[in-house]
Order: sequence, then C-alpha cells, then structure tokens
Amino acid sequence: MNNYALIIIIIIYLAVLFYIAFLAEKKRQSKWVNNPYVYTLSLAVYCSAWTYYGSVGIAANSGINFLPIYLGPVIAAPLWIVVLRKIIRISKQHKISSIADFISLRYGNNRFLGALVTIICLFGTLPYISLQLKAVSETFEIMSDDTSYISTTVIDDSTFYVALILAIFATFFGTQNTDASEKHKGIIATVAFESVLKLVFFLAIGIYVTYYLFDGTTDIYNKISVTPNFKELTTLGGIEDGFNWFFLIGLSFMAIFLLPRQFQVSVLENNREKHLKKAIWLFPLYLLLFNLFVIFIAWAGKITFGSTENAEYYSLLLPLENGNSFFATLVFLGGFSAVISMVIVSTLALSTMVSNNLIIPYGFLDKFIKNQPERNSKYIKNIRRISIFTIIISAYFFYVLFSKELSLYSIGLISFVIISQLAPSFFIGLFWNRGSSKAAIIGIIVGFFIAVYTLVLPFTIRVYTGTDDFTQYGLMGISALKPYALFGIDFLSPPAHAFFWSMTFNMMSYLVFSLISKGNYRERNYAEMFVDSKNFSSLQDSALVWKGEAYVSDIKSVLVRFLGEKRATRALTIFFTKYKLPQDTQLADARLINFSEKLLTGSIGSASAKILIASVVKEEQISLVEVLKILEESKENIVSNKVLIEKSNELSQLSSKLKDANKELISKDKQKDEFLDTVAHELKTPITGIRAATELLMDEDDDMPKDIKAQFLKNILQDSDRLGRLIHNILDFEKLETGRLNLDMQYQDIQKTITKAISSISQIAAKKEVQIINKNTHAFSTNYDEDRILQVLTNLLSNAIKFCSPKTGIIEIDFKLGNAFVEISVTDNGKGIPEEDHDFIFDKFYQSKDQNTRKPQGSGLGLAITKQIVDKHHGKIWAKKGKKDGAILVFTLPFK
Amino acid sequence: MKKKILIVDDEPNIVMSLEYTFKKQDFEVFIARDGSEALEILKHHIPNVVLLDIMMPNVDGYQTLTHIKNTDSLKDTKVVFLTAKNKASDIEKGLRLGADKYLTKPFSVKKIVSEIMELVT
Repeated sequence: MNNYALIIIIIIYLAVLFYIAFLAEKKRQSKWVNNPYVYTLSLAVYCSAWTYYGSVGIAANSGINFLPIYLGPVIAAPLWIVVLRKIIRISKQHKISSIADFISLRYGNNRFLGALVTIICLFGTLPYISLQLKAVSETFEIMSDDTSYISTTVIDDSTFYVALILAIFATFFGTQNTDASEKHKGIIATVAFESVLKLVFFLAIGIYVTYYLFDGTTDIYNKISVTPNFKELTTLGGIEDGFNWFFLIGLSFMAIFLLPRQFQVSVLENNREKHLKKAIWLFPLYLLLFNLFVIFIAWAGKITFGSTENAEYYSLLLPLENGNSFFATLVFLGGFSAVISMVIVSTLALSTMVSNNLIIPYGFLDKFIKNQPERNSKYIKNIRRISIFTIIISAYFFYVLFSKELSLYSIGLISFVIISQLAPSFFIGLFWNRGSSKAAIIGIIVGFFIAVYTLVLPFTIRVYTGTDDFTQYGLMGISALKPYALFGIDFLSPPAHAFFWSMTFNMMSYLVFSLISKGNYRERNYAEMFVDSKNFSSLQDSALVWKGEAYVSDIKSVLVRFLGEKRATRALTIFFTKYKLPQDTQLADARLINFSEKLLTGSIGSASAKILIASVVKEEQISLVEVLKILEESKENIVSNKVLIEKSNELSQLSSKLKDANKELISKDKQKDEFLDTVAHELKTPITGIRAATELLMDEDDDMPKDIKAQFLKNILQDSDRLGRLIHNILDFEKLETGRLNLDMQYQDIQKTITKAISSISQIAAKKEVQIINKNTHAFSTNYDEDRILQVLTNLLSNAIKFCSPKTGIIEIDFKLGNAFVEISVTDNGKGIPEEDHDFIFDKFYQSKDQNTRKPQGSGLGLAITKQIVDKHHGKIWAKKGKKDGAILVFTLPFK
Repeated sequence: MKKKILIVDDEPNIVMSLEYTFKKQDFEVFIARDGSEALEILKHHIPNVVLLDIMMPNVDGYQTLTHIKNTDSLKDTKVVFLTAKNKASDIEKGLRLGADKYLTKPFSVKKIVSEIMELVT
C-alpha cells in the first residue's frame, strides 16, 4: 500500500475520532456518554498495542504465557466493588486528579512523595508509550511495503510524525479544562469507541484466519501439532513456570489499579459508582473475547511463515500474504486505535501529574502570586501541553534508543514492574493507617532501584557495551548480584524475578519503616480519612488537629488567582452557608483551610494546593503533646456537656420542687378553706343556740315554766360569751400565724408568771374541785413576753382542768433548767391523750375523739395558739408519751 | 299514738331548745349526744323521725344515717339532717346517702316544726 494512502486513512480516522470527542463534549450529559458500557469500554484502554500484537508473538514463541497478563485483571475485577469503590469515593471527595495526588494525599499531602510517584509513573509509562510508537512504526512499515527505505534522521522518520500527531491530539483534548479533576468526556467517548473497533477488528481477523484461510480450529491444531517444537508451546514448564505465572498474575493484578491510564479511566473518569457493577463482569468478558483467537492466529502464522517473520505481526502479515489488503488495513486501524487510546489517556494522566505534582510545586508556584486568574489558568494549561508533548517526544527517543532491540511484550513488562513499585504504599496504605510517608518513600525508592538493577540495567548495558558480561557474571563479578538471578534465584523469568525481588524489598521497607517511624499529625489525619473512608466526612469537617492563624481575605485572594473572582466568591458563600457562619467571617478555621485546599487541588494538585494555602496561613507545627491537648479540650467539652446535663437535671429537680410547692400552696389553700369552714361552723353553733332560745322566749306563752325561761336566758348568755371568746381567739391566732404579732420581751421571773397563771384559773379549778400544785418554787429570770406566756400557761391549765375528773383531779406544774432553756411542764391525772393523737393536738380545731361532748370552754384553737406563742419564743412544745393516766404537756423557753 | 322523735346533737343548748319545742308539739322526745348513743337508743325504740347533726364525736351523722338505712326495722323512720354544714356539696352528699330532708343551722324553730310535721303526717 502507498505511504500517502495510508497517511490519508490515518488522518481520516483521526478526524472521525475528533468528531466523536467533539460530540461527546458537546453532549456531556447525554446517556450515550454516561453509561456503564462506555465506562467498561474505557477500561479496555488496558488492551494496547501490546495486547493487539504482542500476545500473538508470545503465543507463537512460548505458548499460552500471554495469559497471566489478563488473568490478573480478571481476578481483580470482583474486588473492584470493595477496593475501587473506596478509591473512587476518596478521590471524588478530595478532587484527586491523578494517582500521584492520591498517594501523596494519603501520606499527608507529602510534596516529595507526589513528585516521586510522578517520576515512577514517568519511568513506567515512557517505555510503554515507546512500545506503542514502535508498534505503529513497524506496522506502518509492513503496510507500506517500503522495506528498502530505512530512516536515518528524525526528520524523515514517519514514526516521529505519528508521535507528533498523537501529541497534538492528546494536547487538544487533554487540556480543555484547568481543573484536571473534571471529567474528560470527549476522550473517554473516543476511547470507548476505539475499544469497540479494536475488538471487532481483532475478532474479524481471527475469524478470517481461522475459518477463511484455514478450515477452523481443528485444522490449525492438526497442522501445528506436527511441527517440531509444538510440545514446548502447549505444556507448562513445571513448578518454575508456575512461579512465573504467579508473579506475572500478581504484576498484572497491580497494574490494573496502578497504571496511570487505568487510574485515569477507572477512578477519575468514573461518573457513577454503580457503573462498577456492570464493569466487574463485562470487562473480564471483553478480555476473554480479545484472547479468543490469539492462539489460532499465532499457530496459523507459524504454520504459514515458520520463524522467518516477527510473530507479533502475524495478524497483519497473514492477510497481506494472502493479498487481502482490506483486512490488513482493518487490522492496522485496530492496532492504531489501541495505540491512540493508550497514548492519549496515558499522556493525559502523566501531564497532570507532571504539572500538578512536579513542576508547579517545585518550580512555578512563585509565578502564581500575581492576582491574574486568566493568566494563571493559561499557565497551567501550557504546562500540561508542554508536558504532553515532552512525554510523547521522550517516548519517541526512548523508542529510537532502546525499543528497537526489545519485543513489545518485554517492554510492556518493564513498565509493569516499575509501576508496581507503587503497590505497597497504595494498597496497604488504603487499609492500614500506620503506613507513613517516610516508609512509602523509602519503599518506592528501594523497589525502584532493584527493579532498575534487575530489569532495566542489563539491557541498557547490553545496548551500550554490546556484551552480556553484566548478566553473566553479576556486578563486579559477584554471582549473588547477577541481575537475572539475584541471591541465587535463577529459575524465574527476568520480569518475574525483578518483580519478586523489588516487591519483597519494597514491602519490607514499607512495613518496617511504618512501624518504626510515625508520621506527623497531618499525615495521620489523612491516613485515618483514607482507611476509614466512611467516617471520612466527619473527620474532615472536624479536622481537629489544626492550629494556626489565617484570614479569610488572604485565602480568598489565593482562590481568586486560580478560580477567578466569581467562582471564588461563590465557593466561599456556599462554604459559609453550609457551616452556618456569617458571610463576613474574618478568621478562617480548619474547615475553610481544608475546603480551600480541596478547591485548589483540582487545578494545581494537592501538594501545590497545600503549599499555596500554607503560604497565607500561619500554620504552626503541632506536636503530639499539643494534639493530646486538643483532644483534652474536646474532652473538656464533653465534661462541660456533662455539667450542662447536671444543670438541666437540677433545673428539672427545681421545677419538680416548684410543682411540689405549688401543690403545697394548693393544699394550704385547701387548709385555709377548711379553716374558714371550721371557723364558720364554730361561730354558727353558739349563734344557733342563741337564735333558737330567743325565738322560743319571744313566742313565749304563759305556760313556759319560769325555771326553763331562766335556763334559756342563761344559755343565751353562755353562747354569747363563747362567741366573744371565739372571735378573740380567731383574731389572736390569725395574728400569730401571719407573724404580725410582736413579742414584748422583758427580763422577768418565771416563778411569778406561773403563780399569776394559777391564781387566774383557780376559780374554775375550785369549782370542779381540782387541785393545782406548784412544785418548783425557786425563782428564775429570763426574757419572754409575760402576757403571752401567761396565755400559754392558762391554756394548758384549763385544758388539764377540763380533762380531769371532778374532785379527784390533781394538776402539777413544774419547771427545771436545761443547758440553754427552761422546761415547764403541766401534768394532770385525767383521761390522757390517745397515742395516735399526739401529733395532731396542736392543730387548729383539733378535738379529741374521746373528748367530753360538753365543751363550753373549748374553742378548738387553744393549743394551736399555745404552740404559736412557744414557737415565736423559739421554744418547743410537745405531749410527753408514756404516761398511763393523764397527760404531760411540756414546753421550753430558751435563754442565753 | 304519740309521734316519736330522736334528736342527735352534741350541743346541749341547741338540744334544749329542740326538746322543748317538740315536747310542746306532743312528741315523745329521745335525746342522744352523738351517733353511738343514737344507735343505742334505736335498738329499743323506733322513732317516726330522727333529727341528726353531722359533726359529732365518735360516730358522726353520716355513719348514723347509713346504719339506719341498713336496718330493716327502721325502714319507716324518716331522717332529717340539721347541721351547720351548708355547702352545696354537703347537702348533695346528705341527700344521696338517703336523708329525707336537709336543714341548716342556725334555724327558725317554727320552720323546723313545719318541716317535721310535713314528714310525719
């Protein structure tokens, strides 16, 4: 085929891709762009030219050893639901823009780690891209059948132009947005489209070869089985091959997570988590279909060409050999599409890392100080564009220097081994919060150097020295240091061997240094967020371990530089609204720092964002002691919460007390009602007597006997006296109870008062022939209101008289001195007070049940008034228990 | 036959007026100073009417009424409360327990006589 025709076909094909990308960008929200099938097909970016051509080469030369590279992803797929979902969640929340960002953020936004990961990715991807260029270049040569012409300079090397076209395409679509965490719908759509193309074309050539050129699979098998070294191709080489398989499966298992382009499509370009559910079975199915005809194409090629041609290109050579240039063109286009997808996604991912994790944090950060958002965003885009160009062109030179010597398959494996150095810090760090940044850095560096020593160095030295001495005898002739047989392990294939040793040392370093060195507060904070991603939002919001001083205006000015005035203002408004802070908040808190870092991460990467924000934030290093202090403070908060709870308990107790008081008041009211009722009743009784007697006397006819008439008049007199006394007592009692009575305290002799009381009551006593004995005749002077104490004594004495039997009644009055009081007692030999009544006798209107029904003397208030008077003197009054016949009433008067 | 009346009250002056009044009306008058004395008398006599105070020591007027209502031989005996308790709730309680009339103190002698005569004729 003519060179120009081929180039025209390529250009038309690229134009179609441009158009698809353009359409997809235009209809970003359309179902055609956002569905699980597009997502799954974009994952198939895994199948690059390596798969497309390389697998056939391996199948032809060493049988089914191409399979481990696909078994790893198949094994990984079911785990996506757990692992990949977690990674996606974290990445979305943090606006992660690359795997370098992801790993550096996990270890506390470590700038150096981010740069290191970027460099590892660069080293891992450059050979990989060069592999693609090699495939394009070689297939181009095969297609153009211009085998006589060998390019001598870059200028007339078609591969260079292919690289250039790829670079332009990648640049154009990869850098539309400053925020690298935004989705690249156009690119993903073209990748998905190309995944369909390459699969369909590969299946087509498989069917063509198997069923058109040959008579089906059995025909091929029958023909190949008679070739001399057939047995080697179809058998596994025992335990050693088993190890090789094991390590290669492990290698590809890690690659499906760690390859920058896989991270880009599976994590960053993921629209919905639920798309994963379809991908976990659809993606393995895609890989199965892709590998279906590999072995038959390989055998068919071997049967046709023997070992005269490069087995990797059998799929292209077979139709050409049979004169079918249409099928050959389809195969070429399929391979080309595999290349384009891989190169574009890889360079997109790498350029983001290079700009966000390498160039901006280490070089260009100072350039962003001026307040020009437009220019800043242009800067970022330009850095990325230049990165993409540089990467592709570097890959081209790598190809020129090394790749011509190596097979597609072995270049691919070098990439895998280098990329896999990220595995310990990535996977273990995801589930183990002790993993520290120091350990991650050491592990990666150690692993990388071992990988270089055991895999890259041998062939580089061979290229430069032209000898195999290094491989044969080891470094300085030490056989334990043979690059392909380190420490005597000589049964593994070079990639499996390199993977085994680099991973062993990498992991050991990571684990050991994680255990012996704890990260700083920031690192542990992020580790906690990653490992415990469910609690993550609360952890991030509280961000309790942060100390420093920052002003909102400073942070805003940084945001404005990258987002523009409008977006920055809007973001801050949203932030303040979300956390219910006033819009004019002056001092920034930890949450705002976090928020701003996240905002900027999309544009300039997490490490740079941290540095930028830190430039306006006076963040102080927080020592462990301070962390503890902060925790202590939050504990104090808990304590003060406890105090609050106690206070509220107290309050509720108080309110229940209030309720009780209210109840008491109500009951007091009730008592008052009862008191009034009783008073009314007591007043009515004599009035009733008076009224009835008066009525009878008024209507008196002459036959009312004179003595009865006299009795009625006497009754009227008696009732009137009773009424008067009652009214007097009620007023007296009321005065005492409301405390309106002032005592007239005088220093006087209690003996004299007792004598007065006895003489005032002596007439009544004499009438009933009751004897009153004054037992203590000593004098004793103290302070009291004589009138009131006289009232007390009279009350007690008249009560005693009332309950004594006539003639036999004896009343004794006595007093003795206590420590600080004088105790006066009145004893009688009457019927006594029932035990159950002792507590009630001083209640107003109490009248004993056994009391004589004749109660002309009783107002029911006597003892109540007595108690009031004693209380007022700060004394006590009670009925002494235990006396069988009669009662003893005692009261005390304190003295100083 | 002479009409019989039992007067139950712990106030002697009031009892004296009532006793004089009903004797003049040709009643045979029994006197009790509280509920327990009244119940003792009721064991031997069946009065036409009992004039009953409520607030008394030992057995009060309510208890006495309940006892009368539960005694078969006293089913024709009318019971009239004569008390200083004059709240609506007291009156309601007295009538609910089965008193035939509820009169309050202080009272008019003539009024009492006419109320009682109404019951016994």
